[in-house]
Amino acid sequence: MDNEALKQQITSWEPAAELVEEGSQFLNVIVTPDQLSALAEKLRNEEAMDFDYMFCLTCVDYPEHFMMVYHLRSMKHKHEMVLKARIDDKENPTVDTLCNIWRTAEYHEREVYDLFGIKFNNHPDLRRILLDEDWKGYPLRKDYVDPVNMISY
Amino acid sequence: MEAVKENKDLKTQEYFVNMGPQHPSTHGVLRLMLGLDGEIITKVEPHIGYIHRSIEKMCEFDNYRQIVHLTDRMDYLSSHMNNEAVCLLIEDALEIEVSDRVKVIRTIFSELARLSSHQLWWAATGMDLGALTAFLYGFRDREMINDIFEETCGARLTMNYNIPGGVMFDLHPNFVQRVKDFIAHFKTKLPEYDELLTDNVIFRMRTEGIGVISKEDAISYGLSGPTARASGVECDLRKSHPYSAYDRVEFKEIILEDGDAFSRYKARLLEMWESMSIIEQLIDNIPEGDIEAPTKALIKLPKGEFYQRVETARGDFGVYVVSEGGKSPFRLKFRSPSFSNLFVLDHIAKGSKIADLVAMMATFDLVVPDIDR
Repeated sequence: MDNEALKQQITSWEPAAELVEEGSQFLNVIVTPDQLSALAEKLRNEEAMDFDYMFCLTCVDYPEHFMMVYHLRSMKHKHEMVLKARIDDKENPTVDTLCNIWRTAEYHEREVYDLFGIKFNNHPDLRRILLDEDWKGYPLRKDYVDPVNMISY
Repeated sequence: MEAVKENKDLKTQEYFVNMGPQHPSTHGVLRLMLGLDGEIITKVEPHIGYIHRSIEKMCEFDNYRQIVHLTDRMDYLSSHMNNEAVCLLIEDALEIEVSDRVKVIRTIFSELARLSSHQLWWAATGMDLGALTAFLYGFRDREMINDIFEETCGARLTMNYNIPGGVMFDLHPNFVQRVKDFIAHFKTKLPEYDELLTDNVIFRMRTEGIGVISKEDAISYGLSGPTARASGVECDLRKSHPYSAYDRVEFKEIILEDGDAFSRYKARLLEMWESMSIIEQLIDNIPEGDIEAPTKALIKLPKGEFYQRVETARGDFGVYVVSEGGKSPFRLKFRSPSFSNLFVLDHIAKGSKIADLVAMMATFDLVVPDIDR
């Protein structure tokens, strides 16, 4: 499926989704956290889409919002896209887990929880993964300061 | 396993044992917390992060030339490919056209690095499963590749040979001859690897049918590299997203169906033959040309998002950059193959014995700094 066909299908499922192609080599689909898991399930399970391989999951801390970024590929149809969820609540960022759809998400989501402090609803085992359990703060946030371990110039 | 389960009188209590962080078969600082019922594994919980250095945060303060040099500290056995990923991303974003000479040199170096990584993996796998001779054989042959690297770029492991726009030095005059000598030598030695381990009855019994990953699981868990290809997943980025000179060479993507530890072992051995074939196709006609395209001293990427993937010896290594137009990335993410590969362990190890867990780990070819970043 090429990008145009993908766009049409996704718009028919989720008319509110924002579709962006500029400034990226993939088609970017931006949704809100409450639209995310329903759309993700369709992307994974619909025969024509069949995005079965999540090759990258991460988060970006923008000044006004957090952006969850999911890179998806279909092993069968060979098409790729980026699914994004914009989380406007900077105080208490929450989004649904996708680990029931792609198993790899479970551990990548733990990493995002660890380094960004995003809470994942329904995640089976949401704990810090790289840092100590008693670590204060979320290092990959832009406002994180650590006078001992971080040298800024 | 069956005997224990059938005997209802033998009541056992579940208990936990730490394997690592200093266990020899974890090849680094990785701790596996094993839930055990007698000798049967009920749960594997990897505890990682012992050598987490937050390279992604460091990159937000460094300029793009510096970032290249941080990447080979992650997967140190694929350092050349890691460097290449960042360089390709920068070249792609700034539309820098590198010469054919650079493309061919990078491809030859990548394949040499892959060979050397697989040799070390083979050596360590033998050692993990009790065949110490394999360790000596593997290291003997690997030494020749390291010497070739050293002659051209001065380093044996973390080479830093790639720079945005090209490579740092031209090839050493001896390079072509020494690579040819190595290929001729290793073609006679690789069959010895088969004689020593592949056809060994004990080795076969310890790996065949152990740690089977189905194709669906391999895809869902995001596996990549030889680990996924042994389960029948077509995921070789050199085929699906060719970069450097991979579009002008012919090689076979190694796909095996069984998905057990032995298939993963076999996949890497077969890959070594393919790597040698790629080098042979390129080594005789390395084109003339510049080794470095002109670039600005301070590299600034345009505003936007960039993603670049390369196939390292372990699998799909991805670099995701969000740029705001500055000299440092706004956000940079390294998608490392070992991180995704590790976490399938709990799924496949349930119900097997501790000794089999070592066989599974060995055939995953994990590099711990690549997991922890």
